[in-house]
Amino acid sequence: MNSVSIAMRGIRERRVSSAITIAAVALACSLLMLVWAFKKEAEQSFAGASGGFDAVLGPRGSKLQIVLNALYHLDESPGLMRWADYEQATKFPAVEAAYPLAVGDNYRGYRLVGSIPEYLQNHAYAEGQSFELESGGSLFEPRSMQAVVGAFAARRLGLGIGDTFHPYHGLVYNEGAKHEELYTVTGVLKATGTPVDKVIWIPISGIQTMSGHNPKAATDVSAVLIKLKQGASMAGFQLDMMYNKQGDRLTLAWPANRTILQFFDKISWFDKILQAVAALVAIIAGGSILAILYNAMNERKRDIAVLRALGARKRTVFMISLLEAVGMTFAGVILGFVVYVFLGMGIGEIVQRETGVALSPFSGNAAMVWAPLGMLGIGLLSGVLPAIKAYRTDVSRNLS
Amino acid sequence: MSLLSLKNISKRYLSDRGEWTEIVRISSFELNSGEQVLLQGESGSGKSTLLNMIAGIVTADTGEISLDGADMRLLRESARDAHRARSLGYVFQNFNLLDAYSCIENVELGMAFGGKTDVEFARKLLERVGLSERLNYRPDQLSQGQKQRVAIARALANRPKLVLADEPTGNLDPSNAAIALDLIQSLCRENGTALLLVSHNPSLRDKFERTIDLMELNEASVSPTETGGLS
Repeated sequence: MNSVSIAMRGIRERRVSSAITIAAVALACSLLMLVWAFKKEAEQSFAGASGGFDAVLGPRGSKLQIVLNALYHLDESPGLMRWADYEQATKFPAVEAAYPLAVGDNYRGYRLVGSIPEYLQNHAYAEGQSFELESGGSLFEPRSMQAVVGAFAARRLGLGIGDTFHPYHGLVYNEGAKHEELYTVTGVLKATGTPVDKVIWIPISGIQTMSGHNPKAATDVSAVLIKLKQGASMAGFQLDMMYNKQGDRLTLAWPANRTILQFFDKISWFDKILQAVAALVAIIAGGSILAILYNAMNERKRDIAVLRALGARKRTVFMISLLEAVGMTFAGVILGFVVYVFLGMGIGEIVQRETGVALSPFSGNAAMVWAPLGMLGIGLLSGVLPAIKAYRTDVSRNLS
Repeated sequence: MSLLSLKNISKRYLSDRGEWTEIVRISSFELNSGEQVLLQGESGSGKSTLLNMIAGIVTADTGEISLDGADMRLLRESARDAHRARSLGYVFQNFNLLDAYSCIENVELGMAFGGKTDVEFARKLLERVGLSERLNYRPDQLSQGQKQRVAIARALANRPKLVLADEPTGNLDPSNAAIALDLIQSLCRENGTALLLVSHNPSLRDKFERTIDLMELNEASVSPTETGGLS
């Protein structure tokens, strides 16, 4: 029997109020970590998921829409551009590689993206990382009815090599909009943790000439992904000037990842609301600890007086009270980690399903240290007032 | 050599009317090791205040309280607490068991602040007071008499030099009162512990080697109604 076991007994004795307090601390701690750590992880993952491209060229419109459509396979294309625009882009001396994309169809909600096989064959989506196929697979042939499926889409759709499917018209799955064409899966990409994973890749001609599509757009493309040569930093400015300032038909989103970071900046007010909510919950959790322990002190004056009569020092009963606060907070923090991991994995699953971007709740972040420590600090502070009350308990008056 | 010695001690309190009221004034009192003394006094005669001064829970305004070689009045509060944890056992009229703890845990609490907890000794004490079947019962599952027996075991748990008992039979029926008194006295004898028992019950006089009338010992001119709730 020591101060720690006496404090733990105190927590157990007030089961309901202790459980509510622990839950409040867990909620606050997990919210703090989610809002800060997970948000940072989301920003970094989205910015890093630009697929190794420096710029995206698209029809005249919003840069964000072009980037979301071409790199993240979200949103619709603002329009179409000519095949000649793609060919012109490949000819700039500073352009290392350019790949055309065409979108407009889906298979059970997973987007079909048309491109050239060189994209999946030659391009490095991250430093030193090229696309790889699961064993036995091969890339689609140009102008074929073959498809390569991203890892996430393959898993979700249950598609494997040799499987066939009919595309559906539009970016949203509509059972009545089935195309006649029958595509055969020739390969499944290994997971990249980028939006590529949630896409079904087919030859660009497949999208352009799909039955029911406008024959006049048979050579048009939705966007062009551009990788600049290393050290050609001025080229971005020049292309920006040419397409965005001097031209009026096309839009260049450059640098591509800055566009998405600017998007995060634009919704930073939402972050601030979440941060305020998380901070408020943390304060409420602290207040809950204070209220529970302070009220408990009123009921426990006699118990404290008895402990003192048995020889407990003032600082011992102070410590016991403080340990109760810290104990509840510690339990809340541990539970908070569990809640954080479950929520993080759940959110990560939803984000990956919607965007293909892989988020991990386990990536290191300072918030995962300061949020639990901060909560422990709040718990400690909340325990001080009740502890002072315990310290000052009049023994002789409360023994009778 | 005496275990407990009081010399010229006094204690006064500020009353609700803003006047100082002297509750205790004792010129001299001594208690030897292993001795059992009954302090007889009515409610309001300052007996609880006296016991609290001996225990170091409240300090005397003047004089010397020497317990087992230490002057309780001169010790700092934390040292008084430590001395109490090591050298004193306390039995209260209303038992003062902690409801959240089982019988054996209540007894363990009696030794928790004076050194190491000896669960086996706690078990033996409870067996000695006839509660071997109730070790894990909580106080609210016990009768009044059983509660006081747990409190007696707790008072002896730290192998004290002195047990202070404040009206230990006051809340018990005659049968249980007799059992409780017998247990306190015999356990103190078995452990070589001195006993200072305060009671207003005159029938206890013949159970003790020495009986002192608190109204005679306490020279403070206080009537029971003047203590403002302090006794």
